[in-house]
Amino acid sequence: MAGSAPPHRPQALLLATGLLAFAAGLVVASFAGFRDFLPELLRGARVTVTVALGGAVVAVAAALTAGLLRLYGPRPLRWLATAYIETFRGTSALVQLFWLFFVLPHFGITLGPMAVGITALGLNIGAYGAEVVRGAIGAVPRGQWEAARALNLSQAQTLRRIVLPQALVAMIPPWGNFLIELLKATSLVSLITLADLSFKAQQINQNTLRTAEVFGLVLLMYLALSTLITLGMRALERRAARGLRRGRAA
Amino acid sequence: MTPIWDGDYAREILPILAEASLITVQATLMGFALALVLGLLFAAGRLYGPPGLRLAFGAVVEFIRSTPLLIQIFFLYYVMPDFGLTLDALPTGVLALGLHYGAYCAEVYRAGLDNVPKGQWEASIALNLSPWNTFRRIILPQAIPPVVPALGNYLVALFKETPLLSVIAVLELMQTAKILGSESFQYTEPITLVGLFFLAFSLVSAALIQRLERHLNRRPGRQRTP
Amino acid sequence: MTTDTPDHAAVTAPMVRFERVSKRYGELTVLDGLDLDIAPHEKVAIIGPSGSGKTTVLRMLMTLERIDEGVIWVDGEPLTHRRRGEQLVPADAAHLRRMRGHIGMVFQHFNLFPHMSALRNCMEAPVTVLGLRPDEARERAGELLAMVGLSDKLDHYPSQLSGGQQQRVAIARALAMRPKVMLFDEVTSALDPELCGEVLSVIRSLGAQHQLTMLMVTHQMGFAREFADRVCFFDAGKIAEQGPAQAFFENPQSERTRQFLRAVMEAV
Repeated sequence: MAGSAPPHRPQALLLATGLLAFAAGLVVASFAGFRDFLPELLRGARVTVTVALGGAVVAVAAALTAGLLRLYGPRPLRWLATAYIETFRGTSALVQLFWLFFVLPHFGITLGPMAVGITALGLNIGAYGAEVVRGAIGAVPRGQWEAARALNLSQAQTLRRIVLPQALVAMIPPWGNFLIELLKATSLVSLITLADLSFKAQQINQNTLRTAEVFGLVLLMYLALSTLITLGMRALERRAARGLRRGRAA
Repeated sequence: MTPIWDGDYAREILPILAEASLITVQATLMGFALALVLGLLFAAGRLYGPPGLRLAFGAVVEFIRSTPLLIQIFFLYYVMPDFGLTLDALPTGVLALGLHYGAYCAEVYRAGLDNVPKGQWEASIALNLSPWNTFRRIILPQAIPPVVPALGNYLVALFKETPLLSVIAVLELMQTAKILGSESFQYTEPITLVGLFFLAFSLVSAALIQRLERHLNRRPGRQRTP
Repeated sequence: MTTDTPDHAAVTAPMVRFERVSKRYGELTVLDGLDLDIAPHEKVAIIGPSGSGKTTVLRMLMTLERIDEGVIWVDGEPLTHRRRGEQLVPADAAHLRRMRGHIGMVFQHFNLFPHMSALRNCMEAPVTVLGLRPDEARERAGELLAMVGLSDKLDHYPSQLSGGQQQRVAIARALAMRPKVMLFDEVTSALDPELCGEVLSVIRSLGAQHQLTMLMVTHQMGFAREFADRVCFFDAGKIAEQGPAQAFFENPQSERTRQFLRAVMEAV
């Protein structure tokens, strides 16, 4: 799991790999033999996407909450947010998944594998996201706060209408990386019996022993999904940054 | 309802977990060593190689970073024998970790190398140093120290992903915990202990990395603005 | 140390009064027992070397900084304190917000909101703070932007405007809140020299047409001379000399003032 946000992926290379993945996927899948297990894999892919989307929602909510609490919350809540962030960043997604799946039932709460997957992975990524939220809000220039105060806006109004909109735009690139990490982490839910893409891959491999083909195809499918995420975030960033550019005019 | 925490049981399994942690540490260190070497290779290839190599390495790195480690582990374990290379579970796992995190380290190295001013290369050429010597004695020593914290973060991340090796039957920490749990039906203690172990390791490494960063940046001429 | 106070201050109650105000940053005393009265509609230029405390004066008036000693009064009411019976106690956040509405400020680095157009920049505070209806706020903003000569740039974003244009938007934005006192903190220092003129002419017409009290920290000596009513020269946290603008520049009384003016004129 990447700790710090990796640098922006070069555009041309990205497009090349994405298209390559898609084309290769199609070619490979159109081989007569693959028709057997492609439907199964697609069913698994649907589960993967569901977990990823659900996890993304949880992650964003958790990150915004924890990040804002750490910045502006009362002391006990700030401590709680810090504890959440440190715990979920300090232990691996797998440990968290297993803990929610195996240990939580002993406390009376039994969640199904899908709920466990979405919660654990969402909270995991959210913990990393919280730091990005903090950083992005902190990176908004102090002059913005001062100008808002000079206009007699309250702290809450300033945060909501002036600072947060600017911070959200700055957050989009790191969040793109986090969402890809989330997508990759969904493969772990195969270890708690959820029939996602990775689970199906293992299953089909055991049944047909056509290992290279199955796993190769699955890798390409993940690559295609990753590319979709990156392209989506790029588009989002372009739209959100309309008018809001870095640097000042002369 | 059974008590939440069985202290006796926890004490009982501690030595078993400790022994399994050796495997975890082994896999971590060997995997990371491989990642450091491969990463440098990828980065150097992408920065200084011919266009074909640059594209190839770039594609490989992107591919590895965009796909799950779990599948990569399976792929290596099941597919490599088809190509004549049969390794045991642990070496395969180390190879998978090394490749995966090598791709991440490659990006880190690239950033570090990019940050060395062009003037350094030019001065070396003017002094008639060979490219290899320039790279080894001038560029690399300037490129590495700023990125050590980032590399350190990946070490911690790698450590936390060693449990994935359990899917190819490497008896590391998490797998051992699961087995203990399934035997005694008491999952709370083993999994929590493993979780705490990871947490402790993470927090300690984070502190150590911070100190390392401060130490490395305390060179004469490297003034940090107060 | 001369302290010429202009005539009209003795007749009418001051719009702004600094009463023995001090400000310290740790060991450093930035302002030392400052006494300063600004009359209604008066235009005061504050000049001096950096570190002399002149920007701090503005920032404290705008409640961007807290004072350590003394009281600041605005239009007869205490700003930094509030009345409790016969006494003055340090102001709480609610009181500060109430009083802050009387003051407006234009910053050296504009500080426009980059994610809003010029028009929305000027509408934001009237709607959010004063509770104006959006169409009312839009009308007011449009008028002010026209007054500063930017009626064709209403929908432009700050990144699409030159420095001079951005600063003019900043002036319109501050005026939209109808303050009684306008503060200008080195508003041309971050501009290319040829863009200063447009900003200064806006300030000039503001002074002529509107009955605003204006406090300007500036390095533009020529502008201060012809526009300001009074000039205060700050040095080391105190007013070293002040007087009517013309007299001040033509006949500076203290050696320190003369030294400063010489250095500044030479730099032009």
